[in-house]
Amino acid sequence: MNPPAAAESRPAWRLATRRVSDQELEVTLSGRWCLSEQLPPVHELEKAFFEGLTTLRVVATELGEWDTGLPAFFAGVVKMGAERGFSVEQQGLPEGVQRLITMAFAVPEQAVAGRRARPAGLLDRVGTATLEFVRTAPEMIRFLGEITLSFGRLLTGRARFRLNDLWVEIEEVGPRALGIVSVISFLVGLILAYLGADQLKMVGAQIFIADLVAIGMVREVGALMTGIIIAGRTGAAFAAQLGTMQVNEEMDAFRTLGISQIDFLVLPRMLALMLMVPLLTLYASFVGMLAGLLVSATIFDIGMFEYYTETLRALTLNHFFVGLSKGTVYGAMVAFSGCLRGIQCGRNAEAVGRAATSAVVTGILLITITASFMTIIYYRLGI
Amino acid sequence: MSTAPHIEVRDLTMAYGDFVVQRDLSFTVNSGDIFVIMGGNGCGKTTLMRHLIGLQRPARGEVFYHGQDFWNAAPEERDRMKRRLGILFQGGALWSSLTIAENVALPLGEYTALPADKINEVVSFKLALVGLAGFEEFYPAELSGGMRKRAGIARAMALDPEILVIDEPSSGLDPLTARRLDDLIMELRNSLGTTIVVITHDIASILTIGNNSIFLDTERHTMIATGNPRTALEHGAPNVRWFLSRGEVRA
Repeated sequence: MNPPAAAESRPAWRLATRRVSDQELEVTLSGRWCLSEQLPPVHELEKAFFEGLTTLRVVATELGEWDTGLPAFFAGVVKMGAERGFSVEQQGLPEGVQRLITMAFAVPEQAVAGRRARPAGLLDRVGTATLEFVRTAPEMIRFLGEITLSFGRLLTGRARFRLNDLWVEIEEVGPRALGIVSVISFLVGLILAYLGADQLKMVGAQIFIADLVAIGMVREVGALMTGIIIAGRTGAAFAAQLGTMQVNEEMDAFRTLGISQIDFLVLPRMLALMLMVPLLTLYASFVGMLAGLLVSATIFDIGMFEYYTETLRALTLNHFFVGLSKGTVYGAMVAFSGCLRGIQCGRNAEAVGRAATSAVVTGILLITITASFMTIIYYRLGI
Repeated sequence: MSTAPHIEVRDLTMAYGDFVVQRDLSFTVNSGDIFVIMGGNGCGKTTLMRHLIGLQRPARGEVFYHGQDFWNAAPEERDRMKRRLGILFQGGALWSSLTIAENVALPLGEYTALPADKINEVVSFKLALVGLAGFEEFYPAELSGGMRKRAGIARAMALDPEILVIDEPSSGLDPLTARRLDDLIMELRNSLGTTIVVITHDIASILTIGNNSIFLDTERHTMIATGNPRTALEHGAPNVRWFLSRGEVRA
């Protein structure tokens, strides 16, 4: 057996087999046995095996340079011998190789059954996912319960968390989100105005763009867009923060001290979002209406003052109540999903990534579900 | 053992912004040395390692490998030089999305032409050398801290590097495993001629395996060259003797 071509210039590895007797096979290794060569895997030897083989003798008297490629090969031969029941002898193997091999066999191989059976069928995966859901669903409810109890403690003044943490979170989720909220709300306001203009043109009632944009932004879209932005921005951050704390055993440290993670970590984040998202919603609504005003005035020739009075006429306090209440609930949903996924997080980098992803997905899902419910309820109540 | 200089550090000053960690470090690591970097907590041992392996540029001074300037080399050349280094980071730094075997196999797959089954063979051998035979399919998160450290060493020596840089090999290991690791480090030096740079606090290990060393002084922010740690314990500078005797020899 010889290495692939193009190794002519240096003395590359060489592997020769010779059947010495009915029981014995001689394997001669020579040349350069380094990882930088295309060394042969040990099962190449199988071609030379024969019925009744009891002894395999490795002769390495004409060996050149070597590194761990050689002992790795020899260790493979020894293992193969143990599996197939032939003894392995050696001649001229460098002492260093022998010592390395002794070290490698010093700790017996750990027998771990079934590790390799990883790829699972569709049915298997569906089953696993279902069991996983059944396992985690009560966790979600328990978490909700713990948060409720924590709010109870807050109202009775017994919740323990640092006020400073609340301020830091408020700053992080509120003022720092203004940029992205401005951009997105402005563009959404603009889209609403164009959408309205196109439809209302048919009945010659383009002035009602103002109503559409104002009511749309204040009641629904402001809160919805803010909720989704915050889910991506803050929900993911919460999950990553708490998840990393889980990895660093910080959570365990809280647990052993008997400090409630819910009070200390979840409550300030929950409060921060429930306070800030309605304010951001209000802000988003105004930016959206501003965009509507600019589009109507510049593109559709509606007077600025006209638009303004139409907006004032359209908006009632009820609309603000609807928008702000939705904002508050969305904030709570985002905090809930972010903190839940963070606390459920596993103990490695990959798990933190999954927690962040899952926090955003859960957050947006919860926002959409509650949005639908609240819209139906408010419709029924006539608000 | 040859005594050709393998790594040479000249007038190295390390700083984070205005804060000077250590100044004017000059020392030579010879081929086949087991070179120990010692010093109290926060003296800059790991920072020095980061300067040696190309993760942090010196504020001043040079690092030479076989006489070739490391930091002033072209980026591609520096990458080539880095490939001759094997590094164990303090926490193991295993890639958590890969199994232990995949962790060790990655450098082999990237930088050698070995066929896949040969790579598996080499990976199994390296894991066996650190006492982890049979753990190939485990993910890092499923191993104990000490096992992760050993798997990290297996990855560091995947490519049979010329220089093995090891940050705190024995922290988190039981005494027997730590001893086995010392034996392995010596064996790598003896049989493969690997030059080894070790950062460690383990006095027993320092005195057993080290044949050359420096001591980084936390207060004066510079080094005390000490040579063989065993000699340093007997005749070295007072600070070093104090450190090596765990405070029993008065400074």
